[in-house]
Amino acid sequence: MDLLVGQLLTGLSTGSILLLAALGLSLTFGQMGVVNMAHGEFIMAGCYTAYVVQQVVGDAGVSLLIALPIGFLVGGAMGLVLEALLLRRLYHRPLDTLLVTFGVGLVLQQAARDVFGAPAVNVSVPEALRGGVDLLGTTVPRTRLFIMALAVLAVTAVALVLRFTPAGRRIRAVTGNRDLAETAGISSRRVDAATFFIGSGLAGVAGVALTLIGSTSPTTGQSYLVDAFLVVVAGGLGRIKGAVVAAVALGALQAVFETYSTASLAKVGVFVVIVVFLQLRPQGLFTLRTRSLA
Amino acid sequence: MPLRPTPEVRGLARALAASAALAGLLATAACGARAGEETVATESCVDTSGDTVKVGSLNSLSGTMAISETTVRDAIALAVAEVNAAGGVQGKQIEIVAEDGASEPTVFAEKAEKLIREDCVAAVFGGWTSASRKAMLPVFEDNDSLLYYPVQYEGLEASENIFYTGATTNQQIIPALDYLAETGVESLYLVGSDYVFPRTANAIINAYAEAHGIEVLGEDYVTLGSTEFSTIVNQVKSADADAVFNTLNGDSNVAFFREYANVGLTAADMPVMSVSIAEEEVGGIGVENIEGQLAAWNYYQTVESPANTAFVEAFKAEYGAERVTSDPMEAAYNSVHLWAATVEKAGSFAVADVQAAADGVSFDSPEGTVVIDGDNHHVTKTARIGEIAADGLLYTVWESDGPIEPDPFLEGYDWAADLAVTE
Amino acid sequence: MNRFLQTRAGTWTGFAAAALVLFGLAPLLLSGFRLGLLAQFLCYAVVAVGIGLAWGRGGMLTLGQGVFFGMGAYLMAMHLKTADAEFRGGPGAVPDFMELAGIRELPAYWAPFSSPAFTIAAILVLPTAFAVLLGLAVFKRRVKGAYFAILSQALAGAFAILLIGQQSLGGFNGLSRFRYFFGFTLADPVNQRMLYFIAAGVLLSVVAVALQLRRSRYGELLVAVRDAEERVRFLGYDAANVKVVAYAVAALFASVAGAVFVPIVGIISPASIGIVPSIMFILGVAIGGRASLVGPVVGALAVAWAQTALSEQFPSAWTYAQGLLFVLVIALLPGGIASIASVARRFPTKRTQVEAAA
Repeated sequence: MDLLVGQLLTGLSTGSILLLAALGLSLTFGQMGVVNMAHGEFIMAGCYTAYVVQQVVGDAGVSLLIALPIGFLVGGAMGLVLEALLLRRLYHRPLDTLLVTFGVGLVLQQAARDVFGAPAVNVSVPEALRGGVDLLGTTVPRTRLFIMALAVLAVTAVALVLRFTPAGRRIRAVTGNRDLAETAGISSRRVDAATFFIGSGLAGVAGVALTLIGSTSPTTGQSYLVDAFLVVVAGGLGRIKGAVVAAVALGALQAVFETYSTASLAKVGVFVVIVVFLQLRPQGLFTLRTRSLA
Repeated sequence: MPLRPTPEVRGLARALAASAALAGLLATAACGARAGEETVATESCVDTSGDTVKVGSLNSLSGTMAISETTVRDAIALAVAEVNAAGGVQGKQIEIVAEDGASEPTVFAEKAEKLIREDCVAAVFGGWTSASRKAMLPVFEDNDSLLYYPVQYEGLEASENIFYTGATTNQQIIPALDYLAETGVESLYLVGSDYVFPRTANAIINAYAEAHGIEVLGEDYVTLGSTEFSTIVNQVKSADADAVFNTLNGDSNVAFFREYANVGLTAADMPVMSVSIAEEEVGGIGVENIEGQLAAWNYYQTVESPANTAFVEAFKAEYGAERVTSDPMEAAYNSVHLWAATVEKAGSFAVADVQAAADGVSFDSPEGTVVIDGDNHHVTKTARIGEIAADGLLYTVWESDGPIEPDPFLEGYDWAADLAVTE
Repeated sequence: MNRFLQTRAGTWTGFAAAALVLFGLAPLLLSGFRLGLLAQFLCYAVVAVGIGLAWGRGGMLTLGQGVFFGMGAYLMAMHLKTADAEFRGGPGAVPDFMELAGIRELPAYWAPFSSPAFTIAAILVLPTAFAVLLGLAVFKRRVKGAYFAILSQALAGAFAILLIGQQSLGGFNGLSRFRYFFGFTLADPVNQRMLYFIAAGVLLSVVAVALQLRRSRYGELLVAVRDAEERVRFLGYDAANVKVVAYAVAALFASVAGAVFVPIVGIISPASIGIVPSIMFILGVAIGGRASLVGPVVGALAVAWAQTALSEQFPSAWTYAQGLLFVLVIALLPGGIASIASVARRFPTKRTQVEAAA
């Protein structure tokens, strides 16, 4: 019983990490069909933002709170530049955006290596987040509770923005049907830039948060990327709801597989489950019904 | 789908047949030696007629392993500079040809072959992962050349063409276990990355534990680079072992030690013995997460000996005061000096002469005197258990009585008899 | 020039010229070491031809060709290891790396690989069959575009992780230290040259197959599916089947390339087949020109050569160069080198635009 509860909690915490990494992707992928392979490097940029801020500020707790919004801006700014310089030209070639952004990711990774050095750097965890909380018989580290809370906050914020603000309405309109939105007078170009800013900014936030549990090195982002993409694919295009459910489900699945077999086989198991799942629902968990043929 | 035999399809058959026939013809015309026949060994092209002689330095300068291997490259360069300053080898100055292994075994094999056949180097220094060594081994055997490999590894290997200057298992893992047993550890939990070294190490640990009455409470592997440890750390905690034996590699250590501290485990109640964490790695993990934990190596920057003082000073003078020295760097540094000493003893750069002269060649190294064992091409090494201190350095808390003879196949340990078949 | 090459005489001239270079000039001019490198690059080129078919002509961006390359390579490596073991220790002997890993008995799934015929059949059939099954599962449900790309990439990641966990397949170290290739000593330079000829022959054959597929009605259908899958479906064709064939042929090419790669390079390990190596296969194809026939071959050879040449002098610069090549070529020259002539003639041409839409 304890084990099961532990698994569930682990699933939730793994899921919230996946969700943080995938939320921004889900936005950009869903709306623009852009497969941003540099998303992982944006996460890495968030990690290094946390590192730099901590070097400047000193106190780990204060620096974390400052780094979160700065990470959002850094990630968002990188996203804006990428969108304006490259992606805008590649509109009708979604697969090509995948390769272009992979190239961008390579360059960013090497740049991080040249600027910060290849070895991992250390970002200290604030005193308040050290240690764990005994919950239902297992110990859950406070850092993971923080990440879960942050994930909930991020999802709520994105959902509220999409639902209740004029900008959010425009984003949803373009996601639903780009051509129709344009005929209604929405500048899809500006909406795209805004979406990319938010999506990439979320990657930066994820990066800052992930320094609490993982290492900060040039290859940090890569390790989250493929899993994040699987969440987006399984969740369904552009559906925040789908991303949430898929992230938690994949997290739990991974935790359960890991208990009964090895961590390596767990990865393979998750992949098999996703292929089988796509057999049942090729468009992902939640489909956005549109009238376009694509 | 309608796919009738069109003229194109007939053309396909013709084109295929033509290419295949051409290739087959040439391939059979070019057949060489068959299995069992003696082959003509490739002639060595090492040029020793001039004032200089070339050696290769083959390390990953790009890719995931660059973190570690660039430090080894620096140590090799330092040793070569020292040998040159002291008059060179056989009166010849050494010239380094540096190559990038790019963290990929196939690239290591390719570059090794280039160094031997195109650059005609007398010996190659480098390699880090076992995968890179295994990839290079046939290249060195087929071309009859020499590799000096400077990293601790899982043992169970001996090649005429490789000199292993890092620790084999009986110089690192077994002393670490001896130390734990001495301090009263009766149960262990094993955590490692999923590849060859941790698996071999854990096989040895299990056999040792069985023979010495130590209970192994769990054995977990994560994929290389994994940062997800909540399940494993919780299992470790509930198992409540006396100590953890950690064979994790690289970035995984960061996540592991953070999670470990977060669930409230400390070095005082459940110490972690690590075999892949040296001075270089402590910074990235964060000293506050790992202070007081143990590591098993043969060398630390803090080892007190005149040779080490000189080594550390020379290294910092060359590469900067903020740099640290670590075990693999020291082993790489030793390897260059050992090669130079062997060549001097042999009076020749020829591979066969160096192999013949190797037995008993010694070097007064930073870790203490190391001596080459001519039978298995490993060196004697002093085992040291270190504790990680608040300044990020490791300090020796225990060391073996003098250098330990290398025993890569663990032939001297009865309990290890079932582990591996000797070659 | 281009028009001439489209004729039958032109085709044969092209092949003759390629054969002359590969079988005549290269062995004459290159040292044994460089010839071995070229042989290795030719294997990458074989993979590239398959990707050109699936991606350039079929619009399926397969980011997981490392899986099929790896399958072919591991199957061949298993044969070489068992053959070595038998030569030293008689039938049923355990390969050296297994002894070291403490495996005393040959696992059952290894046993058939002592037979050369079985091995070759497995190299041809297993990856192809796997691709057909996977392709049917994916394409029948109309999973396409970016979804397919991401799935194929995840597949490469999962496959590499799976292999790392298999101690009976060498784990992280992979399989290496092969002595004989179907009875021939691999250390002998003469036999190394033989392997080069085999690689060159395989490349020519693969190009011939791709050429015929392009010119057949199937080739037209494939392009039609790429450009307007719905319309093809409305015309009564099953688009999924068309895609499966191209995907399976690409898998077959990759598998054969892997099988030839192993004796040439002397090692296969998970590091050569994971996510990043799989994407790197794409780079050469993109640079050479994804939709053209010879483009992927030239691109793959050029990238491999540049990597060897550049990384010798500037290891970190090469990573930048790789990244920038991806960005520049795909953003500015989507048709690759092969399209330079037509781009220069009329800029922008309609034709390159259509091809770029893939």
